Amino acid sequence: MTELSKSGAAVGEPTGTSPAPSSFLEVRDLKVHFPTDDGLVKSVDGLSFKLEKGKTLGIVGESGSGKSVTSLGIMGLHTAGQYGKRKAQISGEIWLDGTELLSADPDHVRKLRGREVSMIFQDPLSALHPYYTIGQQIVEAYRIHNNVDKKTARRRAIEMLDRVGIPQPDKRVDNYPHEFSGGMRQRAMIAMSLVNNPELLIADEPTTALDVTVQAQILDLIRDLQKEFGSAVIIITHDLGVVAELADDILVMYGGRCVERGPAEKVFYEPRHPYTWGLLGSMPRLDREQQERLIPVKGSPPSLINVPSGCAFNPRCPYADVPKDNLTRTVRPELTEVGSQHWAACHMTQEQRERIWTEEIAPRL
Amino acid sequence: MTTQRTSGRRKQAAAAVAAVAALLTTAACGGGGGDENGGSKTGAAGFDAANNKVAQADLATKGGELKFAGAQDADSWDTTRGYYGFMWNFARYYSRQLVTSATQPGAKGAELTPDLATDMAKVSDDGKTYTYTLRDGITWEDGKPITSKDIKYGIERVWAQDVLSGGPVYLKDVLDPKGEYKGPYKDKAADKLGLKAIDTPDDKTIVFHLPEANADFEEILALVSASPVRQDMDTKSKYGLHPFSSGPYKFASYNPGKDLTLVRNTEWKQASDPVRKAYPDKISIKFFSNANDLDARLIAGDYDLDINQTGLSPQGRTTALQEHKANLDNPVSGYIRYAVFPQSVKPFDNIHCRKAVIYGADHVSLQTARGGPVAGGDIGTNMLPPTVPGSEGQKYDPYELNGANKSGNAAKAKEELKACGQPNGFKTTIAVRNNKPVEVATAESLQASLKKVGITVDIDQYDGSQTSGIIGSPSNVKKKGYGIIIMGWGADFGSVQGFGLPLWDGKYILESGNNNFALIDDKKINGMFDTYVKTQDDAGKLQIAKDINHAVMDGGYYLPFVFEKFVNWRGNRLANVYTSDAFSGMYDFVNLGLKSSK
Amino acid sequence: MIAGHRKTSGGPRSRGGPRAVLAYLIRRLFAAAVMLVVIIMVVFGIFFLVPKWAGVDVATSFVGKQADPAAVEAVRVKLGLGDPIYVQVWEFFKGIFAGRTYAAGGDVTNCAAPCFGYSFRSEQAVWPVLTDRFPVTLGLALGAAVLWLLFGVSAGVLSALKRGTLWDRGAMVIALAGVSLPIYFTGLLSLAIFSYGLGWIDGEYVPLEESFTGWLSGMILPWITLAFLYAAMYARITRATMMEILGEDYIRTARAKGLKEQVVIRKHAMRSTMTPILTMLGMDLGALIGGAILTETTFSLPGLGQAVLNGIKNQDLPIILGVTLITSVAVLIANLVVDVMYAVIDPRVRLA
Repeated sequence: MTELSKSGAAVGEPTGTSPAPSSFLEVRDLKVHFPTDDGLVKSVDGLSFKLEKGKTLGIVGESGSGKSVTSLGIMGLHTAGQYGKRKAQISGEIWLDGTELLSADPDHVRKLRGREVSMIFQDPLSALHPYYTIGQQIVEAYRIHNNVDKKTARRRAIEMLDRVGIPQPDKRVDNYPHEFSGGMRQRAMIAMSLVNNPELLIADEPTTALDVTVQAQILDLIRDLQKEFGSAVIIITHDLGVVAELADDILVMYGGRCVERGPAEKVFYEPRHPYTWGLLGSMPRLDREQQERLIPVKGSPPSLINVPSGCAFNPRCPYADVPKDNLTRTVRPELTEVGSQHWAACHMTQEQRERIWTEEIAPRL
Repeated sequence: MTTQRTSGRRKQAAAAVAAVAALLTTAACGGGGGDENGGSKTGAAGFDAANNKVAQADLATKGGELKFAGAQDADSWDTTRGYYGFMWNFARYYSRQLVTSATQPGAKGAELTPDLATDMAKVSDDGKTYTYTLRDGITWEDGKPITSKDIKYGIERVWAQDVLSGGPVYLKDVLDPKGEYKGPYKDKAADKLGLKAIDTPDDKTIVFHLPEANADFEEILALVSASPVRQDMDTKSKYGLHPFSSGPYKFASYNPGKDLTLVRNTEWKQASDPVRKAYPDKISIKFFSNANDLDARLIAGDYDLDINQTGLSPQGRTTALQEHKANLDNPVSGYIRYAVFPQSVKPFDNIHCRKAVIYGADHVSLQTARGGPVAGGDIGTNMLPPTVPGSEGQKYDPYELNGANKSGNAAKAKEELKACGQPNGFKTTIAVRNNKPVEVATAESLQASLKKVGITVDIDQYDGSQTSGIIGSPSNVKKKGYGIIIMGWGADFGSVQGFGLPLWDGKYILESGNNNFALIDDKKINGMFDTYVKTQDDAGKLQIAKDINHAVMDGGYYLPFVFEKFVNWRGNRLANVYTSDAFSGMYDFVNLGLKSSK
Repeated sequence: MIAGHRKTSGGPRSRGGPRAVLAYLIRRLFAAAVMLVVIIMVVFGIFFLVPKWAGVDVATSFVGKQADPAAVEAVRVKLGLGDPIYVQVWEFFKGIFAGRTYAAGGDVTNCAAPCFGYSFRSEQAVWPVLTDRFPVTLGLALGAAVLWLLFGVSAGVLSALKRGTLWDRGAMVIALAGVSLPIYFTGLLSLAIFSYGLGWIDGEYVPLEESFTGWLSGMILPWITLAFLYAAMYARITRATMMEILGEDYIRTARAKGLKEQVVIRKHAMRSTMTPILTMLGMDLGALIGGAILTETTFSLPGLGQAVLNGIKNQDLPIILGVTLITSVAVLIANLVVDVMYAVIDPRVRLA
């Protein structure tokens, strides 16, 4: 295990509507709601964060916490593929390199996709088109944004495949996805997403579908490439272990909101939210004793239609009764600064949390 | 065989479309509503205007294309092989005979008139020798004269049944009953004219020597199977694809099941032919597979008449009767529809049980099942159709089927059952073709009325395409216990012999292909047929015809349903139209003309 | 016979180039040939053995009203009905390659290779009848297929893209009607309206070589009628498939690349949507070539379906046999083409 934080990826405080973005990427009060027959699904409900070039942000949460929707929102893909009458409702601001994306011309946003921002998906087998060769798919990604002939694009594809560590790239370029192994496919996927030197790379569960041994290779690859290309990276995962190595900052999501965020070392060593504690408890770690590991967070994720009142985590929180006046179940906690650049949303007092962490949680991890 | 996807409710849907289509056609043709019996603006001659009389003879002009449409192609256009009535009718366009039916309406049409011959036969030797002299100027389509040898060769072809199957074989039965001649294809003679019964002393003379006299011999010679065929033009089994013409028209093109076109035979000379007027320049037939479509096109005027002459289908008939009555004729078809009782199946060996069925049946309901008085026909009261000489029509009604017993007479039926020794009735089976819905309907009607007198019947619908194999085999009929067979019959030529010989003469009970379903082998009837063929005078022939009919009815072998009638479409363009008994109430095709050549 | 939508994830690596397609094609061809021989045997069995068991004398039914024993016997000899079945099958096979001669009663009939039998009803060799009628049926099937693909698939795609809207619901109601209404109904209705009623279209078949416009005017109603039925089915399948495909991850990938939505649909979604449609198309075309009986009857089109119907009406066994065979071959070829196109479209199939 290497160091946890290089610090510096500024995780800004929640801001109102100030139109001056200082960061490379700044998300302000993002809300993504989906109308369904059962009611309004509030997948993301007021999320804000910042990310600087060359830095890595890990967004962590269970499935359904809104982390993938957030990434799709940044890509401008939250409504894509939604045909028919019901469209997702999105509000807030997403500033990328000085441009606000939600109010921008959709065609402009489309042109940013794949060039400025690109994405790696969870399951490379299903994310790659089965009927086209790896080469064709990379060439296509390249030629959308670069006015070059096929030959040049193909050379670029081979170069990228070589860069991500695929042997005999000039031959494998003509293979179909089903002819690749899982890890190779993900390498190809990464090659495809980096073919245009994007400023921002979003990796959505990039290693979940892969073998444990391959996982580490892919993560190393992402880190190396980030260094080389200098891009900003968002890694979305349910597994804190994945971001432990990579992320400068960590943002923990629960029920469509941010419950804790801060520099990675803070979140790992001084977490200030009971949900983060739960996540840490369920994380396999190599630098700890082999005992009482993998404690899952009990209970199931909250309904995004009828979000529990008060703190959304309260039905699963073992410390729900610690704050007075039943506050946990009635009032929604706001993010408060708990340290330098470190924020958490919990009704417990700072002292209570410090005590519980140091006395009850940390020793068991 | 794959079929298209259709829902299981095809029947209902078909009924629905019939209704919709009828409505639409009606609406589209609404202008013609004024047509009544006395002619109309559209030029139609009026209802029944051509039934046994000539309609609009003076309007016929030379030229134009006479357009036939049909649902069924001929069995063969080879004069030797064709057996369909419409084929015999149509064949006169491209074939001539020594004598042929007069081009006259109704009963007169069944009389014979000289064609290739200068005169009717000189009969000698007690009716065993017939001599004809040929006309001058009679030619084939290549301009060569038609000789007596061509006629002999054409007739000889009937003997080649192994190659030329399908047609009537009366000539063979009459001229060579022992079957000594093997046909022209196996003929050892160099000229292939080895048939002893026919002499051709010169090209203009032909002499027939009959082993036994036959009063209907000239009728048989008038069949198209006695047409001349030229030996060098005989393509044997393929002759029907392009017969070599002796008539005013010749084959231009023929695609079996699709279309046929005749054009003028320029070598034919009007002066040589007292029969044919040859009005149109061109005659075409187009075949349709959808009877409703066919009728709609007739009514729309795309075609002039139906080659098959079987009448309009129910949907077209309804429309036409309402909107275009002046274009219709309602002739007698020459067919009798009936039930027949095989004597091999008990208890139909007993005449009283047969009569019980005759009396027990509801004749009005049977008529209705056949389509009612217009589309079905008049209630049949005896077994000689009105088109056959000697017929008395409904006047002869021995069982009072059109009188007191019209709706069935249960009391009388029960009396007969008692006399038969089956006072409580019995069980039997009706055999009916499954591809004739009307016949199935009559079977059901019969079943219902017989139930009332205690006779229980099952209906066996057999494969209609296998008719001759199933009910044509007496042993099979007995095995299956078919006590009642539903059938119909029309005359091959207009005489009691042409109609009744295969049905009623004991000699015609056959192992297979049998038509004497009742298995009648009555010495009296057989004897009357024997006398008939030897009788030369017409009055005597008529009397025998009557007597045979009476004898058949007395035996109670048959329950006649109807003297069939049909509703026939006559296009507006047609002129010189008339029905002829020679062709069972069809229009006589050969002298049809068009009102304008356009 | 149709290759299923095989998924072969993680199998042995192999190159999916043209050579793989060729090898695949050869395997399929071989299977098709074996199938064809089996079909001929079965068809023969049905036509020559079943009547025997049923006690029907085929020869008698060939001869007219006055059955002459000599004629019946001659037909039996001509058709070779007296020979053992294997001799009949062998003669038939031989005829296809070497031609055949039928001789009886001094009449010799030659049936040139490829001889698929000879109809003694209409005195024609079966092969010319088939080649004469095949183009009509093929024209009907292909023309209708073009229409139904055009309208069915685009309606299905539009429905999928506008799901839940009035357009979508309307299209699906029409599609339901199209699937449920029999050809008999829609065919007669269209004739009644456009041909007899409005008189826009003559509606009678005219061979293509006679007049192109005449042919078009004769074929347009059958095409539309047939296409209506199939377009309805295709629209439904397309809609369902398209909706499923649009939810696939690789479509999201395509969008994430920055592709225009149009290109995403056309290049990525359509190609996958075509796979099940192609399967259906192959089977439907094959079936139609032998089985457009209802359409051909309704519109009096002189195609194979009508030939087989006439054959049944007239007890013309050789014609029925011939049409059945050519139909089987058509289905086989259609399936083969589908298999090959599958392999071209979906590289995963080549491994199978």
